[in-house]
Amino acid sequence: MTAPLLSLQGLTKAYPGVIANNNVSFDIGEGEVHALLGENGAGKSTLVKMIYGLVKPDSGTMLLRGQPFAPAEPRAARADGIAMVFQHFSLFDALNVAENIALGMENPPAMNDLAARIREVSENYGLPLDPFRTVGDLSAGERQRVEIIRCLLQDPKLLIMDEPTSVLTPQEVEILFETLQKLRSEGTSILYISHKLEEIRTLCDHATILRLGENVGECTPAETSAREMAELMVGSTLQTPERSGREFGEVALDISGLSVPSPSEFGTALKNLHLVVRKGEVLGVGGVAGNGQDELLGVLSGEILTAADAVKKDGQPVGRMGPTARRKLGLLTAPEERLGHAAAPDMSLTENALLTGSVREGLESNGFLKWGLTQNFAERIIEAFDVRTPGPDNAARSLSGGNLQKFVIGREVLQDPDVLVVNQPTWGVDAAAAASIRQAILDLAAKGAAIVCISQDLDELMEISDSFAALNEGRLSAPRETTGLTVEEIGLMMGGAHGMEVAHV
Amino acid sequence: MIVLEKRPQPSQAWSMATPAVAVLATMVFGGVLFAALGKNPIEAIQTIFWEPLFGEHASYYRPQLLIKGAPLVLIAIGLSLGFKAGIWNIGAEGQYIMGAIVGAGVGLAFYPLEAWYIFPLMIMGGALGGWFWAMIPALLKVKFGTNEILVSLMLVYVAEQLLASMSLGLLKNPQGYGFPGSRNLQSYDSAHNAELFAGTGMHWGVVAALIAVIFAYVLLNRHMLGFHIRLTGEAPRAAKFAGVHPSRLILFCLGTSGMLAGLAGLFEVAGPAGQITIDFNVGYGFTAIIVAFLGRLHPVGILLAGGVMALTYIGGDIAQSKLGLPASAIQVFQGMLLFFLLALDLLTNYRIRAARKEVA
Repeated sequence: MTAPLLSLQGLTKAYPGVIANNNVSFDIGEGEVHALLGENGAGKSTLVKMIYGLVKPDSGTMLLRGQPFAPAEPRAARADGIAMVFQHFSLFDALNVAENIALGMENPPAMNDLAARIREVSENYGLPLDPFRTVGDLSAGERQRVEIIRCLLQDPKLLIMDEPTSVLTPQEVEILFETLQKLRSEGTSILYISHKLEEIRTLCDHATILRLGENVGECTPAETSAREMAELMVGSTLQTPERSGREFGEVALDISGLSVPSPSEFGTALKNLHLVVRKGEVLGVGGVAGNGQDELLGVLSGEILTAADAVKKDGQPVGRMGPTARRKLGLLTAPEERLGHAAAPDMSLTENALLTGSVREGLESNGFLKWGLTQNFAERIIEAFDVRTPGPDNAARSLSGGNLQKFVIGREVLQDPDVLVVNQPTWGVDAAAAASIRQAILDLAAKGAAIVCISQDLDELMEISDSFAALNEGRLSAPRETTGLTVEEIGLMMGGAHGMEVAHV
Repeated sequence: MIVLEKRPQPSQAWSMATPAVAVLATMVFGGVLFAALGKNPIEAIQTIFWEPLFGEHASYYRPQLLIKGAPLVLIAIGLSLGFKAGIWNIGAEGQYIMGAIVGAGVGLAFYPLEAWYIFPLMIMGGALGGWFWAMIPALLKVKFGTNEILVSLMLVYVAEQLLASMSLGLLKNPQGYGFPGSRNLQSYDSAHNAELFAGTGMHWGVVAALIAVIFAYVLLNRHMLGFHIRLTGEAPRAAKFAGVHPSRLILFCLGTSGMLAGLAGLFEVAGPAGQITIDFNVGYGFTAIIVAFLGRLHPVGILLAGGVMALTYIGGDIAQSKLGLPASAIQVFQGMLLFFLLALDLLTNYRIRAARKEVA
């Protein structure tokens, strides 16, 4: 092996109360796809921010092709050939592709020249993209292409990609991988951040695993099993949620012919949805973000009202009922956005327990609140779901994402619902907490509740759901039994490559 | 370099301390202002804060505190409910005027009949007048999504025109020798909001203000509606998820604040002011906004803040006559109070840290 492209030596970065990176060292070779693997909060983001010049290390050095490398800002990093595709896109919806790319350049060329270069690069790398399309009309996969092309125009030596596949369908992932492999064959190194083990095994040459800010091991992904890597990541043996063979009861939730216009300008309209969930059944709803997940949750929680008989619980039309009336009937929901939607950030956990618990837990009488009972309820949630917090008087925003998620899910589960709808129940939650949340959902189903689990994590859906359907541009595919579904079939249900062409390289 | 760092939890201590610190800062910088105007700052501050309570003529000024404080507290309590939910009624001044016009109108309609039920009817009239005036921005917001800040504010000027028209026309005293203004309710026993104990300044408006404080406290701390009000202000999406109807909340909050402002107007016109005149309103509706924030939108805080604000009003008057301070200097002084309060508010959620410059 030749000299490494980028060599990290003893990088350390501490924030008040937490050491994000502790003495991390590894090398990225020329033309290598290097995976950076770790759970949420393991320090992956801090590390790449140091490489990209967004954060300065407290100690340690970096060498780029043998020369000391200490970018003071992203511009300096870019000048040295480092490019980065962020997980969250920074694009303006109202501008077209070429205008968006020009905005990120130091000296943008004339628009026509730039458009020509965009076409050239996009065809070279099998990422077809029309420079004059408005970004607001693009799918998530296409937006990512804009970001990637923006980077490729700089002719980078090292391309950093932060969880690039979390917004893609399996088919789109395949296209992306072909592009990355072409880049590698041209000598570009790629630092690939992910916690999805299977794709790392397919794509990456080398992997560095971070846990609690420390480099805990390196491996060659192709020769290591996903389970071994996962255990390195978590630092202990993993508990796979158990599911007992289940019998399904009567139909608990029935949606038929549900159509709802988009509630906001950049929302998604739901088009003619049909679904049936029986008692004891877990229905997984997959799909790329922004294809109607939030709207589906809103329709079920009662935040969006519909025709009365479009949504039925145990045969009773509930489409015109508000959230409180639905809770009374036993239809509970947990939205994706924890802060600001599922919970009020500046209110205490006790107050947040009251937020959805008032009806079913009898926390009010004639409108007057029973704070004592409410606090008991909050304490029960904290206890049963192992929420790490000094006590129920603490504000919701003081909890870490995973702990708040456990609180939000626990709050609904403990209310003993007949139908529970959750959106992204384990998003941003570490593996151990995710496993316990999934177990709680499965236990609830075993007791006879009907569950709808909306998620973008396909592995999660395959693990816990009995049947699977996918949302694609506001339409729901016909649900199918999970056992025997292949990844290709799931991808097609999710809308294939969303009209994107497969690369012809 | 100084950086602001977000606290993981809002600081309870600062939340309690900021009003006091803001009052102190206002004294210091107000003193500088008065010194720049060529007055002795210590004497001026002492005149404003000391004189009304313990000065030579305190026995005259102390009842004034209740008379000035009661409408401020009454209005501010109503406003605070809306402000907590992010519903901004800026037009309490107009609702105050309408309460006074309708309430006085009811009383004058009975003139010269003497009966026990006239005053209660006037109270209802005052409440309804203010409520009705606040329902205009409320309904427009609910039906057409208009901005309640603008509509309620503009309606203040409409109400002022109506007030002028009333004192020159419909409600003009027929025996008033052509002077603008209604009959004086102080000399109409059944309609007079007299002092409950002579010489104390304690009238029905003070009682109403105290009841409003208790009512608001119970509502916000012990009742679902109050919880929903706070939730809507903190996290509107979470409130919708919890089952709050945003439009009902808008109608309730604007309606209640209008009603309380209307009551304040009625108690004023039937008591201390006595009659409807062109310049009947003196800005209680606007000052109450400062009182609401100075009291941290908390009922008990508002009670205290109403007292402090009434003090600066009375003390300001004394300073004007005794030291020759211009009235605008007193207004700047009151404005400073709100300014410092809002600025210091930052410390509840952030802490200031001296940051080392990071070394590359």
